[in-house]
Amino acid sequence: MATGEIQSQEYQQRRWLNIRKVLERSGPFCHPDFEPSAEILDFLMNSCKILIVGAGGLGCELLKDLALMGFKKIHIIDMDTIELSNLNRQFLFRKTDIGLSKAKCAVEFVNKRIPGCEAIAHHCAIQDMDDGFYRQFHIVVCGLDSIIARRWLNGMLMSLLQYNDDRSLDQSSVIPLVDGGTEGFKGNARVILPGMSACIECTLDFYPPQKTFPLCTIANTPRLPEHCVEYVKVIQWAKENPWGESTVLDGDNPQHVAWVYEKAQERAMKHGIANVTYRLTQGVLKNIIPAVASTNAAIAAACATEVFKLASSCCANMNNYMVFNMAEGVYTYTFNAEKRPDCVACSNTTRVMEIEANATLQTIYDKLCDDVAFAMKRPGITTVINGRNKTLYISSIKSIEEKTRDNLKKRITEIGLYNGAEILVADVTTPSTVTIKLKFSENYDVDMSR
Amino acid sequence: MASPSPKSPEQSEKTKQYDRQLRLWGDHGQLALENGHICLINANALGTEILKSIVLPGVGAVTIVDDNIVTDEDIGSNFFLEHSSKGLNRAEETIRLLLELNDAVRGHTVHDPPDQILQENPDFFKTFSVVIATHLSEKTIKDLSQHLWDINIPFILCKSVGFLGLFRIQVKEHPIIETHPENEQVDLRLDIPFPALSEYLNNIDINTLDLKDHGQIPWIVIIYKAIEKWQLSNHNRWPMSRKEKNDVKDIIQSFIRKDENEIPINEENFEEALRAVNTAMVPTFLPVKIQELLYSNSATHLTKDSCPFWIMCSALRTFIEAEGKGKLPLRGVLPDMTTTTDHYVKLQNIYRTQAALEAEIVYRKVQSIVSQLQCDTISEADVKLFCRHSHDLHLIKGSSICLEYQLGTPTASYIARHLEEPDVMMVHYILLRAADMFRSEHCRAPGEWEPEGDISKLKTCVSKILSDVSSSPFPKDDHIHEMCRYGGAEIHSISAFIGGCVAHEAIKIITKQYKPVNNTFIYDGASTNTATFTF
Ligand SMILES: [Zn+2]
Repeated sequence: MATGEIQSQEYQQRRWLNIRKVLERSGPFCHPDFEPSAEILDFLMNSCKILIVGAGGLGCELLKDLALMGFKKIHIIDMDTIELSNLNRQFLFRKTDIGLSKAKCAVEFVNKRIPGCEAIAHHCAIQDMDDGFYRQFHIVVCGLDSIIARRWLNGMLMSLLQYNDDRSLDQSSVIPLVDGGTEGFKGNARVILPGMSACIECTLDFYPPQKTFPLCTIANTPRLPEHCVEYVKVIQWAKENPWGESTVLDGDNPQHVAWVYEKAQERAMKHGIANVTYRLTQGVLKNIIPAVASTNAAIAAACATEVFKLASSCCANMNNYMVFNMAEGVYTYTFNAEKRPDCVACSNTTRVMEIEANATLQTIYDKLCDDVAFAMKRPGITTVINGRNKTLYISSIKSIEEKTRDNLKKRITEIGLYNGAEILVADVTTPSTVTIKLKFSENYDVDMSR
Repeated sequence: MASPSPKSPEQSEKTKQYDRQLRLWGDHGQLALENGHICLINANALGTEILKSIVLPGVGAVTIVDDNIVTDEDIGSNFFLEHSSKGLNRAEETIRLLLELNDAVRGHTVHDPPDQILQENPDFFKTFSVVIATHLSEKTIKDLSQHLWDINIPFILCKSVGFLGLFRIQVKEHPIIETHPENEQVDLRLDIPFPALSEYLNNIDINTLDLKDHGQIPWIVIIYKAIEKWQLSNHNRWPMSRKEKNDVKDIIQSFIRKDENEIPINEENFEEALRAVNTAMVPTFLPVKIQELLYSNSATHLTKDSCPFWIMCSALRTFIEAEGKGKLPLRGVLPDMTTTTDHYVKLQNIYRTQAALEAEIVYRKVQSIVSQLQCDTISEADVKLFCRHSHDLHLIKGSSICLEYQLGTPTASYIARHLEEPDVMMVHYILLRAADMFRSEHCRAPGEWEPEGDISKLKTCVSKILSDVSSSPFPKDDHIHEMCRYGGAEIHSISAFIGGCVAHEAIKIITKQYKPVNNTFIYDGASTNTATFTF
């Protein structure tokens, strides 16, 4: 077919006939702002910029869905390369693509299949891109399997929010985030309007805590096959260093997995524990989450529908969180996840941490990790004293960790913190530092006055 | 340095490719899928989206029946068509691009309309595991569903119009052994311990153990001892009421050792016992649902043609009536609990050995039935699996789409009841039915050319259906208007959502694992609402 025809108006009219019906006709359930016109499709095709985060199970589906709903200016970002175990669901990839960039392969395939689609690939980590990059998009849709990356992205979109002089939100700074996630036959899809509705940090308690095995069980009283695998992973590998001291255990290296499998079997045999299999070993080592094509297809489709609604206003958006389960029948439930007025990420206020005046820095560190409102991984804590930055504790850089380690044991008042002082916390879960104001708990004040 | 090459087997390429799904349905589920053959009628966007999620996980074969010629509109909404596909047969083009997804899948095409196949070669459908159809006319829906009902081939009817999607599953009878319930009830038999368990439990005296061993007593033992103590003053009854259960909890509390200041020591195993006590005290019983299944006609009147499920049900029933003393065979699964390796492994073996013993008895009964009926043998592994899951067996008894479309008494009153509630999802069902009727009368979708003019015509169809189910007319025309706005448009993301769901339901039917929808699922993407109806 000649390029001329692909670009011809008449051809475009025929090709997009399906979505034109809902975009060019008014309906009784439309959003009050919706004015049907041919310009909407023109906006979707020629102006609306979408970022898809993740080119995996959900990302492949999203790219296809959005490209078939009129969107042309689509960017997709993913640092991963293609593996054989992706091919049961990531349908834009073939065996010959193994080892190549997911983002690039996906884009190449879709641009070829759907002429006119101008998708652009970014083969890098989301953290490699700055706020200028993220600010260019009208809508961001996210299909990640990592909670940390999702939180970082959420933080990035929240950091782009601008407030007017009267502290009200500047609507033009809001970039909606549509987020999907799957695990086996379950999934969820949600719409986040930064600063306006619940964000990822508002609802951190939705993520189940990661299952861990206590070290003493693994070492002394193993009962399950998983305990045997964990033992080899945590203790025996470091002890025996089968590939030399500098080689860390790699769950993607089949020889490593086979070694762990064999040792775990030996340990299981010694204790009379059954059912250590290769599949189980790999599952424990890589913390594998089961995944099928069908769940990814359904969740990505639900997200794509929401992107289409956001971009076109052709009907009201999901409000605002849908859970989905296909294990027994097909079940969905949509509810309004509530925004936390004191959310670290999306409220325009300084977060307050209540703490006893005689607490140590360790207490603050532990709260940042254990409190579900923060749930940080390796927070680095600094403060400003008399206009100068002071590092209190940073664990991610070895030399600084050694220098600041002693602070953990010190009382917070000894290191210059006071009631009302602000600490600045950096973590992998957020792109910008979080300011937290310390508030000494009242009980202690009462005690002091006695 | 020389690599310590392990002897362990590497996985095959296929196991690696399917690893993430094998964790959900196992190697036996995969094998069933690879023996499956799906027939799709009409490869529009919805059809190919369904096949995509069946081809990727590796179904054995797919056959597409489609006599349509590819249009620009098709290409605009269907990912498995290319620009060069225009003017070519849709089955041919879509199968070519679908098979690229997985080279292990075989594909076939038939270019005849389904009505013609029904007339000239109805046996064509006999070989399929599931037949899936999209965009059928009202007449074909009735004829095809009736035929598939008669020859007992599972059928999934699918629709995608505007923001609405629907699928309807028609199976005559669908037994499921592995339902994978979210919360599996524990089967510990503390109320009726078998000899090996009795012996183990009675050999432990929790009072004489030193503190270290005391903190390692499995909670099963703790609960058993607490109940035993309670029974001493309660005529050996089993604690049933809330108060009685709380008494047992108090006894467990009293078992916890104290330090020199009389403060209870934190013992993890006792904490676990207190958490587990409610589920562990549920008496062993034969669920009514399972009892009904085992005494149903299909299980009590076996023939040479009875399927393995019913033969195993029959064997299970005779086990329960004799050796099982009214109880199902032991599940043989021990939940994880804080204790020593020794305790845990010993207890686990006690449960496993007993379960194997009981499954063995059921297996012998199966064998004797099989030799009496002179039917195909059933493997010991299958019987073990059946016994292991006998608490959660499930049977779906389906209903025919043809009857549903006739709107006879039970269907009509079911619909009317939901409309009275009022249930907006049932309103969507009526509109999807009315749109089918409209299409058969006017040879186009309502609103296909322009919406306003078709509103009154579609309203006539809605009124006809509503009067057939003896329901009053809709107070407003808004849903009728919305359907005309759609004009039969197929929105890709709505088809992709239904496609994912239908693919999964087909896989459930083929693998006989997980419970499928019984029997109609409706999705409204505009309001993000879904519903399941049982017609
Ligand atoms: Zn928030």
